[in-house]
Amino acid sequence: MSPLLRVENLAVHIGGLVAIADASFSVPEGQVVSLIGPNGAGKTTAFNVITGYMRPTAGRILFDGAEITGLSPDRIAERGIVRSFQRTSVFTGCTVLENALMALHRRGSAGLLGALLRLPSARREEARLRAEAWAMLEFVGLAGRAETPAEVLAYGEQRRLGIALAAIASPRLLLLDEPAAGLNPSETAECMALIRQLRDRGMTVLLVEHDMPMVMQISDAIVVLNQGRIIATGAPAEIRRHPEVIRAYLGSGEYQEAGHAAA
Amino acid sequence: MSKLLPWLFVAALALLPVAFPDPYLLAVLTSAGIFIIGAISLNLLLGYTGQLSLGHVAFFGLGAYTSALAALGFDIGIGFGLRITLAPQPAWLGFIAAIVVAGGFGWLLGRLAFRVRGAYFVIITICFAQVLRMVALNWIELTQGPMALISIPPFSLWLPGQGVVALYSKAQNYWLVLAVAVVAFLVVRQVVESRIGRALVALRSNESLARSVGIRVTHYLVIAAVISAGIAGAAGSLFAHYVRIVDPDVFLFIYTVTMVIMVITGGKGTLWGPVVGGLIFGLIPDLLRGHAAPEAQWVAYGVAMILFVMFLPRGIVPALASLRPRP
Ligand SMILES: Nc1ncnc2c1ncn2[C@@H]1O[C@H](COP(=O)(O)OP(=O)(O)OP(=O)(O)O)[C@@H](O)[C@H]1O
Ligand SMILES: [Mg+2]
Repeated sequence: MSPLLRVENLAVHIGGLVAIADASFSVPEGQVVSLIGPNGAGKTTAFNVITGYMRPTAGRILFDGAEITGLSPDRIAERGIVRSFQRTSVFTGCTVLENALMALHRRGSAGLLGALLRLPSARREEARLRAEAWAMLEFVGLAGRAETPAEVLAYGEQRRLGIALAAIASPRLLLLDEPAAGLNPSETAECMALIRQLRDRGMTVLLVEHDMPMVMQISDAIVVLNQGRIIATGAPAEIRRHPEVIRAYLGSGEYQEAGHAAA
Repeated sequence: MSKLLPWLFVAALALLPVAFPDPYLLAVLTSAGIFIIGAISLNLLLGYTGQLSLGHVAFFGLGAYTSALAALGFDIGIGFGLRITLAPQPAWLGFIAAIVVAGGFGWLLGRLAFRVRGAYFVIITICFAQVLRMVALNWIELTQGPMALISIPPFSLWLPGQGVVALYSKAQNYWLVLAVAVVAFLVVRQVVESRIGRALVALRSNESLARSVGIRVTHYLVIAAVISAGIAGAAGSLFAHYVRIVDPDVFLFIYTVTMVIMVITGGKGTLWGPVVGGLIFGLIPDLLRGHAAPEAQWVAYGVAMILFVMFLPRGIVPALASLRPRP
């Protein structure tokens, strides 16, 4: 079976800097794959290229067998890939419920005529979208904050909303850029549970995360990036013992499973 | 109650010519009303998409010229010995043509200009209005240039039991403008309170996030530009038939500025903002007329504007809304 996402010989040069040299990896459907590596390794750059925010210097991105290299972010979202952002990103000035409705955009189809004439089909769709938005807010535990402006939420809640907005668009492939960054241990555990639930709902997940205990627990496979090159690919147990990975990223191999704050 | 209030306001405005049949008052309100329609249309772009179109008067002027030319007819050469001729048309047809032509240019400008955003967009829109002014000044065969299109007939409507009636009286024109303003308000409300409006606000609030969930930027900005331009064209058509003379000065920058001031002081991105701002800044100059020299009026205008931006940066309507106690 061909993988859901294939990245082939990807290279990204930014000015004179080689952010990604020559990277190939794939994400099989239904799995959680993690992309890890030290700061500046090129993880976010890879996300930017896959989701159309940057053009690669060379290489191809294939989604579900079709090439998507160079499509715009909105087209790629229409194909079924949605990402979250490393720096918290929500629709400020809008309530949590409005945020959810905005992220549900792709789940509706009402056009200008439906809007102007308030056609029955448009009204029905609106009611359905609202129900979906509420269901998703319940699911991620933000229903109690539905009428709160997004920028007023606590940091942890904003992170959760950021993930929810990506997930709510019900993509086939969900890209999460450091969802647990800055979260305390209990929030991290909640975040991990949420990712598992999303996977169980049928979403494939590509995860960038510095929290190693979380990565080791949640991933089906791990891709390790260092200075724009892939230095290892494999199951968590293999990565943990991989000598080059330990040298480049994990350190002396002394990291502890529990309570290790990520760099 | 709060749903009824706007309709009571409209009913009060509609009864005004009966209660106070003062021609001067009606004239002032009618021209303010035409600009309020312009401000309502600008608010869709400036308020809801966040794009500052400083050439908005272009659509107003296009509507005015389209309506005037349709009403007067024309006969122009287009080279190769070919001529285009149009016999005078009824006003309602010119009104629709004004909406279509202005909307079409809105589409064109949107397609071209939304590739660049921010300062470049602002510059392109200014140039657009200037170019149209140059065309109006120099295409004398069509527009009469600075001599202006004159003797434009008043708006005429088919009324039940009366047939086609030319609207000569002040009160009739006032009601016409009021009716179009209400329709324009409702169109903008329907759009804003829909999936399309949500997409516009999402793009304004956080464009990269909006794109990541699949909202197509250009598509929605162009929809907003077409509707906005079409409504501005309707306002221009009303202007042409009301003032009954159209010259290239309808494209003057100052008219765009007036609409921008109305939207910003009233509260951009709120449905009532352009109405409130439009009533204030549409009426002040006429109320001051006769009491102060024109220069003093403009100074008063400028000072009022600065005070508003300093003390009510989000505009009057949001400031009032935040005063209301929340349950
Ligand atoms: N827009 C940009 N302009 C210039 N350099 C950039 C840009 N984006 C990324 N880079 C550079 O590319 C390299 C890879 O950056 P990237 O953000 O992909 O790293 P990362 O793996 O996500 O790191 P982190 O773990 O800190 O988020 C870095 O050296 C970074 O400075
Ligand atoms: Mg990063």
